[in-house]
Amino acid sequence: MTGETLYPRLEPLLAQIQKPIQYVGGELNSQVKPWEDAAVHWALMYPDAYEVGLPNQGLMILYEVLNERPDALAERTYAVWPDLAALMREHGVPQFTVDGHRSVADFDLLGVSFATELGYTNLLEALDLAGVPIHAVDRDGSHPVVVAGGHAAFNPEPVADFVDCAVLGDGEQVVGDITDVVKAWKAQGRPGGRMELLARLARVEGVYVPRFYAVSYGPDGAIAGVQRTRDDVPATVGKRTVMDLDEWPYPKTPIVPLAESVHERMSVEIFRGCTRGCRFCQAGMITRPVRERTITGIGSMVEQGLKATGYEEVGLLSLSSADHSEIGQLAKQLADRYEGTNTSLSLPSTRVDAFNVTLANELSRNGRRSGLTFAPEGGSERIRRVINKTVSKEDLVRTVTTAYANGWRQVKLYFMCGLPTETDEDVLEIAELAVEVIRAGREASGSKDIRCTVSIGGFVPKPHTPFQWASQASAETIDHRLRVLREAINADRRIGRSIGLRYHDGKPGVIEGLLSRGDRRVGRVIERVWREGGKFDGWSEHFSYDRWTAAAAEELAPFGVDLDWYTTRERTEHEILPWDHLDSGLDKEWLWEDWQEALSEEEVADCRWTPCYDCGVCPTMGTEIQIGPTGRSLLPLTVV
Amino acid sequence: MARQPEGPPPPPTVQKLRLRYAKRGRLRFASHRDLARTLERALRRAQVPMAFSAGFSPHPKISYLGAAPTGAASEAEYVEIGLSVRCDPEAVRAGLDASLPDEVAILECVEAGEGTGSLADRIDTSVWRVELPGVTLAELRPAVEEFLSRDVVTVAKRTKNGLKDIDARASVASASAGEEAGCAILHMVVRQLTPAVRPDDVLAALAAVADLHPPLPPRAVREAQGRLDDTGTVADPLGPDRAARIPREHAAI
Repeated sequence: MTGETLYPRLEPLLAQIQKPIQYVGGELNSQVKPWEDAAVHWALMYPDAYEVGLPNQGLMILYEVLNERPDALAERTYAVWPDLAALMREHGVPQFTVDGHRSVADFDLLGVSFATELGYTNLLEALDLAGVPIHAVDRDGSHPVVVAGGHAAFNPEPVADFVDCAVLGDGEQVVGDITDVVKAWKAQGRPGGRMELLARLARVEGVYVPRFYAVSYGPDGAIAGVQRTRDDVPATVGKRTVMDLDEWPYPKTPIVPLAESVHERMSVEIFRGCTRGCRFCQAGMITRPVRERTITGIGSMVEQGLKATGYEEVGLLSLSSADHSEIGQLAKQLADRYEGTNTSLSLPSTRVDAFNVTLANELSRNGRRSGLTFAPEGGSERIRRVINKTVSKEDLVRTVTTAYANGWRQVKLYFMCGLPTETDEDVLEIAELAVEVIRAGREASGSKDIRCTVSIGGFVPKPHTPFQWASQASAETIDHRLRVLREAINADRRIGRSIGLRYHDGKPGVIEGLLSRGDRRVGRVIERVWREGGKFDGWSEHFSYDRWTAAAAEELAPFGVDLDWYTTRERTEHEILPWDHLDSGLDKEWLWEDWQEALSEEEVADCRWTPCYDCGVCPTMGTEIQIGPTGRSLLPLTVV
Repeated sequence: MARQPEGPPPPPTVQKLRLRYAKRGRLRFASHRDLARTLERALRRAQVPMAFSAGFSPHPKISYLGAAPTGAASEAEYVEIGLSVRCDPEAVRAGLDASLPDEVAILECVEAGEGTGSLADRIDTSVWRVELPGVTLAELRPAVEEFLSRDVVTVAKRTKNGLKDIDARASVASASAGEEAGCAILHMVVRQLTPAVRPDDVLAALAAVADLHPPLPPRAVREAQGRLDDTGTVADPLGPDRAARIPREHAAI
């Protein structure tokens, strides 16, 4: 029977595996609706382990938005670890949802949120475990429609053969539109079968159906053209943008896991979008414009969320939280409200300025001042101009020193290496900076008990950014720069022992680069890697660089391209990029100009404060920047 | 000079409550840490006025007693909480129960009786009921008899430091075989000694002495905990607290 629970068959397997709690569901605020009550059934997947996927805000929002509709039902499913996957195959138990333990194959839609491209092999594994053909063309009317979303869906071409649709942009409204289309098609007796349903979906704003677009390649290996194969689908697909975030206060009742997860706190998104213009940052480019939640809207989400969850920590999330127009008042008023309640507030800090220290001090009024994080991203002033994240070395040292002087014991600094135009010297400046920070910090705090942790990873150029044309640094280059940096930090042990270095080697970044800027031909590499046992590529113990490079070499050779062609090769201005028919609103000419300005180390201003429509997003998408200040205040909570 | 928390120290504990709770159904797969996190969040949702430790990272005053293993259900887990404001124990029980997932239930809540000693001292034994799907009474009974006839049954136990040989026999005060709906049930009373003997260890022992290999994973439920007396009875560990309450309640009338 459709929608029947698989739990009795699953339970005996759970006694034989690691961390069974992640598969049983039953979490606070999770829900299981009767199958027959809903006209449209959604399985929502985060393609990584439960502990990583559960806190994902996107999935949690859609789960609630869909379940609020009386005619829809949504349940969650996550990547299954290999120990359980082996038992499921042995005993014929298919991929299941953790809420109702229903077979994923029974659902009308399988929505998969890709925060990172390294989840692609887990999609194939889940489809296979579900008994759903991995290739979209092999599916029939009985199979779920596989919908990709999340930031990686802005270039879904590498998974074009495996997904039926990709959704661009904010999901809150489009999931409702998709539900309406599926509901109507089912109610009409499924006219025209699966193909008709996909054609109807392709006409929903923000929905891209890859099979209705044919890609051809030129003799040089580059894309020659992308053509629609039906007249009734759009030539380019534009992203969705939700305006007025106060109208969408989700998640209202966040799911509280029993199992430990990567974020043991409640999150409230204080604004969406960012116009700082950091050139490496795909999130900042594809989520424009800035849309703030109001201070009162945030206040009520914090209050209701804490009541619904019992969490003792609240994170105020966004791409650059200190940029909220009322962040100072927000921090102060929330700190006032929750003083004495053992509730802590945190702000993931990114920007390097003294104001961030003031905010952090406010939020940690009566708490421990353990660690503070800043993200200068680039090691030298020169490279910071290239990436448009300008901060002078003096300001950086002064800010970090202020943090130590205010009682913060540990400061984390985030950097990238392998940025366009970067040399060894740019990266070596990180060591100089860290040394100076520790010297000044010891003096300012009068203590030797301070630490600075340098966290650094390889840069991966992303679609829809000014760096989409850039040459990605090779794994050897990344590893070489990390090595010289480590040596420079360790050169003076008296200072070096206060500096920690955390880094990721260059290899996974190269594969992420292949998947980020890849086209449809890369799908064969993904499939080959999965068939040879590849999954959980975001986990170093499961990731195999050799398996990826061998698969890439063999599967790409017939097309006359290779791994380097996709990664270290710099693109030319007029090359057709695989995602050119997918519209984030950014004007390609503006992106190119910004790329040229990056190469000449010129900065670009934030349009929040200097009216500027140059990037093209607002006019193209019919959107506007929505920021305060509102001047409103949070009232004290009534004591119960 | 390191920073110190500002303001007055947290209010002291004015009342200690002792709770018995159950983990059932799917949530038998919750570990002790999973349940601890869940209970702490439920206490906050239920707005139980917890007492906290002092310092920069105050912790609510909660003492957990030995937890049933991950995968085992229980009707008799115990925890003691310290409150900063006196509360009606039944109101706390009901409020907390309502704030927990359905498959964790707060069964009893009593105020710690003054001068009755610690809860931990009243628990040294577990009463287990282990369902063995696919095993018949006729298979289980001789295995149990064989096990009980031995003085020592050594089994390998998985520990943090690899496999270790332990004696599964000495801790078992009594054991018997039963049957319900065609499914064999192993009942046993097991002393909480070191190293701990868990239902899995006894099942490994039955495999070793009588070649009993259940075809499906067994389901263990801890039915009770308490002090084992000479007659083989396990006493209710909350009994002394209840007894201590009676005179005062009478006095109030």
